[in-house]
Amino acid sequence: MLSKRIIACLDVRDGKLAKSVKFVDTQDIGDPVVKAREYYEAGIDELVFYDITASSENRGILLEVVSRVAEQVFIPFSVGGGLRTVEDCHRVLLAGAEKVNVNSAAVKNPGLIAEASKAFGAQAVVLSMDVLRVSPSPSIPSGYEIVIHGGRIRTGLDAIEWARRGEELGAGEMVVNSIDADGTKEGYELTLTRRIAEAVSVPVIASGGGGHPAHLYDALTEGKADAALVASMLHYGEYTVAQIKEYLAGRGIKVRRMNAK
Amino acid sequence: MITLVDYNAGNLTSVRRALTHLGIPSQISADPEVVRRADKIIFPGVGAAGAAMRTLRERGLDAALKEAFAKGTPILGICIGCQIILEHSEEDDAECLGLLAGKTVRFRPKLPSPLTPLPAGEEDSCSGVRERLKIPHMGWNAVTVIQPHPLLAHLRPGDELYFVHSYYPQPADPAHIYAVSDYGGEFPVAIGKDNLFAVQFHAEKSGAVGLRVLENFSEQ
Repeated sequence: MLSKRIIACLDVRDGKLAKSVKFVDTQDIGDPVVKAREYYEAGIDELVFYDITASSENRGILLEVVSRVAEQVFIPFSVGGGLRTVEDCHRVLLAGAEKVNVNSAAVKNPGLIAEASKAFGAQAVVLSMDVLRVSPSPSIPSGYEIVIHGGRIRTGLDAIEWARRGEELGAGEMVVNSIDADGTKEGYELTLTRRIAEAVSVPVIASGGGGHPAHLYDALTEGKADAALVASMLHYGEYTVAQIKEYLAGRGIKVRRMNAK
Repeated sequence: MITLVDYNAGNLTSVRRALTHLGIPSQISADPEVVRRADKIIFPGVGAAGAAMRTLRERGLDAALKEAFAKGTPILGICIGCQIILEHSEEDDAECLGLLAGKTVRFRPKLPSPLTPLPAGEEDSCSGVRERLKIPHMGWNAVTVIQPHPLLAHLRPGDELYFVHSYYPQPADPAHIYAVSDYGGEFPVAIGKDNLFAVQFHAEKSGAVGLRVLENFSEQ
């Protein structure tokens, strides 16, 4: 059977690596290409680059990062952040990414998912969603609301409904990022992750809150995720990829081990 | 010099980057004459069988590949290039190259629909529901060599490679199967005959063990 994937998330701002904490402030922690290569050699299964560049004039820098990564890193990786059109997606794929992540732009224009899926195949389109816990209401029956622009704007969309819609439109995978858990290092939002994993039949990637390998274990079992996104626990050297995988394998999770060189 | 066959089918540049990284000279070509004269051919591709075959025919590359195979040019197929070398694909009901006898078939989910309850005793311990077979088969899976082949000589038991596909190759003759993986049952992932070898996994995106397949091909 397939291994559960451990995916390193690299936030990139103006071509440099950053890790957001609760989406408020970001701190520069290095060159994304160097980090990507380090994680690749350490046995990470996949990489995600999120462009959090504020100004549009610096967005071209990301494509350079993507093509430099593609020359050195021979595992799948996806790119998200600021992709508004099929042409934006196409540029990122041509630069060497396997998949695109769409988020806010897909909420505003769901047709983007369908168009990108038709143009590049569902396997190349990842729907990434930022989710905030709210009081259940008639419009948000699950109590999980989709927010956009890094959590600043509420959309009135129910996260479970949005995930189902995203799959219908052609998304091949979902990243479920809990705004509440993000940056806390207290664990993934398991109820949210599980509810979305049960609502769709495409792979679900848990995101936000991972601080200990046990949190990944919980997301991959109780949360029913197919993969877990990790960021600061790797970026700050708290755990290595090997330590995370050894821990998970020790608890009976099938993960890819680096046997051969 | 390895010639990469260009038929608008996706992962050409990824394969090229991997070869460049390995220091292996390569060229991309859509010209059937170049393919006919090639020393070695990599036949990559992602996408759908119907469109792939259509483009191959439009460019006259189908005949060129058949000729190259017949005269003994080493050919390595990857992903779609592992599927359309067979006679037929269930995807788009496409008539394929027929370099190898057999057909490409779709994964069958164990359950007809997500709403169908599982037979008693097949629930998983965690949730009470057995996991459905998700299609596409996407991610890392172990590849088990069942018949030695020089291109897979480095693989150790448990080595995993990266897959993204909804269909898999099923050669008519089991002697043409070199490796299998398990996804709701075993299925062929490396097939071949004489100078033709093809892998369903993405050798160019499977880390060191995948790159080694490309290296082995260039050295053979």
